[in-house]
Amino acid sequence: MYRVRLWSSRRSRFLESVYNLGNPVILVVLRFITFLFGTKLDRPITALEASFKGVMFDCKMCGNCVLSKTGMSCPMNCPKTIRNGPCGGVRANGMCEVKADMRCVWVEAWSGAGIMKDAGAIRSLDFAVDHSIKGRSTWLSLARAKDQGQ
Amino acid sequence: MKKHDENVALFGVNAGDPLPQLPDHVSHGRLERVLKAGHFAVTTEIAPPDSADPDEVLHRAQLFDGYVDAINATDGSGANCHMSSLAVCSILTRVGYSPIIQVSCRDRNRIAIQGDVLGASALGVCNILCLTGDDVSAGDHPEAKAVFDLDSVSLLQTIRTLRDDAQFLSGRKISSPPKLFMGASINPFVPPVESRALQLEKKIKAGAEYIQSQYCFDVEMLKNFMSQAVDMGLTERCYMLVGVGVLASARTAKWLRSNVPGVHIPDEIVHRLEGASDQKQAGRDICVELMQQISEIDGVSGIHVMAYKQEQYVSDVVTRSGVLGGRKPWSPLSMDTSIGIVG
Repeated sequence: MYRVRLWSSRRSRFLESVYNLGNPVILVVLRFITFLFGTKLDRPITALEASFKGVMFDCKMCGNCVLSKTGMSCPMNCPKTIRNGPCGGVRANGMCEVKADMRCVWVEAWSGAGIMKDAGAIRSLDFAVDHSIKGRSTWLSLARAKDQGQ
Repeated sequence: MKKHDENVALFGVNAGDPLPQLPDHVSHGRLERVLKAGHFAVTTEIAPPDSADPDEVLHRAQLFDGYVDAINATDGSGANCHMSSLAVCSILTRVGYSPIIQVSCRDRNRIAIQGDVLGASALGVCNILCLTGDDVSAGDHPEAKAVFDLDSVSLLQTIRTLRDDAQFLSGRKISSPPKLFMGASINPFVPPVESRALQLEKKIKAGAEYIQSQYCFDVEMLKNFMSQAVDMGLTERCYMLVGVGVLASARTAKWLRSNVPGVHIPDEIVHRLEGASDQKQAGRDICVELMQQISEIDGVSGIHVMAYKQEQYVSDVVTRSGVLGGRKPWSPLSMDTSIGIVG
């Protein structure tokens, strides 16, 4: 859903507000579900996250979600999966050097980040993807990480 | 005799022996010495041969004797297969050259890269350039599997972990950490132009101590970028070496800008080449003029000359540009001082 993906990164500020409001609610709900059912519902929850973020952001379920730091443009759509982009090969018209008919995800990311409230988040460094958690739900990881912390 | 003793103290008995590491230096390499002593540095690159013959590497390096402070060994540039950068660097360090090992993230994962970096340092390599790398689709093996486990920034963080924390990414300790002067690249000439200084800041935060830029054929764009970098204080935190190219003809210029990702060549340059009676000569003249203009820009610490298939002209453009200001960089035949000034 390339067009939806572009729509999302160009409305990053709106989506950031939705995320900031919705995220605590989702986490509370997920913690409650975990309390009631343990890990039994992990697969449907993961599938729900994958389909929602798949439609909105062309999410690849890397398990290391950084959308809120990358202007709501998913870096895993970069052919080189660069986490701190862009590379030096961006075309003069802002298109990807590898896929000439795709906007560079990092050009989108920097412009998306520029209109967000937390415009500085993109300036922090992101380390490489932890491939051992590929396919796992970031929502569940966040919910349970907080559980452990409390 | 005293001179000889001094040379032995500075360079060891053989040309390839490591120099002593100076205080506040991260490596024992010559490039770091030149830059930290405040000299204007000149670097260039070797295209690794399609051959298993070490002499081919040495013959290519000899062309630069006395004109450059360090030589980049490219790592499968353009995603084409050549001799590995690690091997080229190893051949060069044996003679005493100061190579920069280019490491791209396209072909190796974090396990292979960390091993290679330890090996490079063990073989006398003192400088590393951390790159993401071109995609496999750009080269002669488009059917290959691209790795991209790390990106350039993660690679910088990885090298810093190895060097400064003396451990692998896993946390396992390294008994003798690699001593490497860490570099990265930047391309201020392609979108998002307005964010490139912020990206430079990220690379510096990740550990970059020097930068070698993509080809600069547009001085105005460079000036804009450099003034942002200077305002942000970035040039105080890393040395900026600007890339220049030696164009062989207008045809080469057009081919480069339409086939090599990220190369921006303004029309004026192409027109000037087209109008010249001797295009090769005009290409070198343009390079000399660019070097002179770039060296005047605030915050620029050096020039990186990329002269693919034009290597024999590097000495000419360096000499005519005057950017070395009378300094003669070290070469295997002129071991005269610690940072390469003869006389």
